[in-house]
Amino acid sequence: MPAPIRLRELIRTIRTARTQAEEREMIQKECAAIRSSFREEDNTYRCRNVAKLLYMHMLGYPAHFGQLECLKLIASQKFTDKRIGYLGAMLLLDERQDVHLLMTNCIKNDLNHSTQYVQGLALCTLGCMGSSEMCRDLAGEVEKLLKTSNSYLRKKAALCAVHVIRKVPELMEMFLPATKNLLNEKNHGVLHTSVVLLTEMCERSPDMLAHFRKLVPQLVRILKNLIMSGYSPEHDVSGISDPFLQVRILRLLRILGRNDDDSSEAMNDILAQVATNTETSKNVGNAILYETVLTIMDIKSESGLRVLAINILGRFLLNNDKNIRYVALTSLLKTVQTDHNAVQRHRSTIVDCLKDLDVSIKRRAMELSFALVNGNNVRGMMKELLYFLDSCEPEFKADCASGIFLAAEKYAPSKRWHIDTIMRVLTTAGSYVRDDAVPNLIQLITNSVEMHAYTVQRLYKAILGDYSQQPLVQVASWCIGEYGDLLVSGQCEEEEPIQVTEDEVLDILESVLISNMSASVTRGYALTAIMKLSTRFTCTVNRIKKVVSIYGSSIDVELQQRAVEYNALFKKYDHMRPALLERMPVMEKVTTNGPAEIVQTNGETETAVLETKPPPSGLQPANQANDLLDLLGGSDITPVIPTAPTSKPATAGGELLDLLGDLNLTGSPVSAPAPQIAQPPFLLDGLTTQPLFNDIAAGIPSITAYNKNGLKIDFTFERSNTNPSVTVITIQASNSTELEMTDFVFQAAVPKTFQLQLLSPSSSVIPAFNSGTITQVIKVLNPQKQQLRMRIKLTYNHKGSAMQDLAEVNNFPPQSWQ
Amino acid sequence: MIKFFLMVNKQGQTRLSRYYEHVEINKRTVLEAEVIKNCLSRSKDECSFVEYKDFKLVYRQYAALFIVVGIDQTENEMAVYELIHNFVEVLDKYFSRVVSETLNLLQNIFSLSKLGGSVISENKSKEKNI
Repeated sequence: MPAPIRLRELIRTIRTARTQAEEREMIQKECAAIRSSFREEDNTYRCRNVAKLLYMHMLGYPAHFGQLECLKLIASQKFTDKRIGYLGAMLLLDERQDVHLLMTNCIKNDLNHSTQYVQGLALCTLGCMGSSEMCRDLAGEVEKLLKTSNSYLRKKAALCAVHVIRKVPELMEMFLPATKNLLNEKNHGVLHTSVVLLTEMCERSPDMLAHFRKLVPQLVRILKNLIMSGYSPEHDVSGISDPFLQVRILRLLRILGRNDDDSSEAMNDILAQVATNTETSKNVGNAILYETVLTIMDIKSESGLRVLAINILGRFLLNNDKNIRYVALTSLLKTVQTDHNAVQRHRSTIVDCLKDLDVSIKRRAMELSFALVNGNNVRGMMKELLYFLDSCEPEFKADCASGIFLAAEKYAPSKRWHIDTIMRVLTTAGSYVRDDAVPNLIQLITNSVEMHAYTVQRLYKAILGDYSQQPLVQVASWCIGEYGDLLVSGQCEEEEPIQVTEDEVLDILESVLISNMSASVTRGYALTAIMKLSTRFTCTVNRIKKVVSIYGSSIDVELQQRAVEYNALFKKYDHMRPALLERMPVMEKVTTNGPAEIVQTNGETETAVLETKPPPSGLQPANQANDLLDLLGGSDITPVIPTAPTSKPATAGGELLDLLGDLNLTGSPVSAPAPQIAQPPFLLDGLTTQPLFNDIAAGIPSITAYNKNGLKIDFTFERSNTNPSVTVITIQASNSTELEMTDFVFQAAVPKTFQLQLLSPSSSVIPAFNSGTITQVIKVLNPQKQQLRMRIKLTYNHKGSAMQDLAEVNNFPPQSWQ
Repeated sequence: MIKFFLMVNKQGQTRLSRYYEHVEINKRTVLEAEVIKNCLSRSKDECSFVEYKDFKLVYRQYAALFIVVGIDQTENEMAVYELIHNFVEVLDKYFSRVVSETLNLLQNIFSLSKLGGSVISENKSKEKNI
């Protein structure tokens, strides 16, 4: 067999390949040659073959058949063999292969070899790919080598120790004694690796951190020497002495100084010195300054130092080099929360960065700008940000739009400005606006009552030309539906009123409905808007009726459902139509992250926009009530829902949706004008801000509902003047025993014709000896004025055991329910 | 911590790759292709630090060769930028110009001077002696 070719030839050959296929062919041929050579167990050329194999591995071709060969090379005595063998092991083997354990013995022997280079190789390999078992076995050897005086070995041992600690954190204590003298070395290599080792230890264990805090003075001294020392050719990089070591030390100082006043104080001087003395003309200096700034920000430095740091960052921002600007923006973003005023000073520079060409810089600048917006600069900043929104890449538009909305909400100087800003965002980046922005906007518009005419006019003009941007069209259709009468009547104080006829308005809405560009949700909005206009407009009702009936047979199920219901409104329930389609009331302010509770008010008209159906909070109480149901065994008892009446409106809406079927509720909830948000219609008056117990009928006698085992429960009654079917019962639970009762839970069930609502109790512990009580409010709706009956279930812990009791309350006074 | 180190030519072929964390072979090629695409498409005016998935890439161009280093969030990007330059200077001094045939020795230098993803010896003369 001819001698295998050298690596160089192989590389040359491969480079001549023109196509990927040619290259693959060459590699495969060579692989075959290598494989046959391995089979022949040829010692002389093994090293050459493995070298070629490694090269091919680097190019991305599979080379696992060389693993055993690497092991054989490691076991050989020749240094060149060993070198390639270890290199191969590092590249080809890792802890997932079982073969690697065979190496352990070899490495152990080599760690004790007489030649330092062989020891070095072994350390390198262990540090690269040692598995936890290998590390455990060999940690002792590594620790021994950490203490030698040979600096070549010491530095490698230190990094190997880092790897061991990463793999087996429990062994950290083992290396502790060896670290004592590490920092006393003169050799920079050893210093550097020691600092890495210390950093790793401090990051992993808070005890180590506390232990190493005493090294701070020593570190400061080393750093000082580095800065002060003259030119040293060995460590010089562009005029600065060993910048890598400086950066490392700064990082370690950062970790040590975090949350610790003493260490931070010791570091203050040196940090100031580094910050002022480092030359900034080259990138090296800037790298060091960057690390210094990060350190200053992280430790408890004095304010003068912080201001210095921020000024450095400001200087970075003005630098022409992109890298430096990027780095400055990132750091400013981190510090803007804590040092807000200092960063404000650089606002104009940051805003300029918005116009930069680089994508990363633009993103940082945008985030930072949003963080800097406050009441004073909001107008100027918004102008810049809107301009940015116009010209930025699509990937930014969504974030930018949301950011603008948030900022506008917080700092809007006037309502008109706010609405103008929103309009501008909708028209420029309309399709990138997030979905939850639409309900928020609608709520905002509703709340600015005096701006309704202006708003609707502007929105109308906006979609007149172009109705492809969905969020814009959705908001516009909603507004036109609500305030169409203002639009047509031509009243507008803020702007020149335009003359619009009812037909033109309907034209636009119909074109939205027909257009291919409209999403299904948008069409829903448009149809509802048309329907609402039937009460606002006077002469086009027939047209509206026609439109609505056409969509009764639409393919889109949502549209069809709406159209059919609206049709029914026209036909069977025309008397209800004006009340149902009335103007929306002012909505309560909800947080921007709230689900679509806002539009649940007129459940009838906005049903499709109800994205969230009854939240699961309704489920849990239902489970509790199920036990009552079992016990009461009757089908005439309805389960209790203790709190969270949010499930109610959806069901109220749901029942109303069933216009074609039976109406289960009586007429009263349906025609309740402008029900409040998230309130069951019938308990409307009870849950508003009006005090509950104002409108009281003449005193109704209170009763003792339950009195057993020292637990007494009293009921006191109140009737509401505004709604005679509602009885408000306040229960008071008291405990006359000598031990307190904990985890007290009160549950109640009523017959089917009643509806019950339990509010939260004042606490769940009844103190002993009647020294305190638990109060809880129950509301009962009794529309049919039947005799009030109630079953109650009590569970509590008393004298260390769980107690439970059921009782029926029949002694309600007639005034409480008649 | 340095995650990986790549040397790529302008055509997108990897000339040298060194990973400090285990990545499977097929994933490596995908990773390299994406990283290279990211860096090659950037113009001269853009900054050398790119965010890619959960690490940062620091890249530098030397004539026809791109050097890309992937680092995690804790590392100082500018220091790594300097490191790349330092490395190239060493190569330059040792070999008259940076050639691929010496990649074998390069790997050795790598393993010895950047053990476990950290720099241990930026001492140029020492590196020449290895």
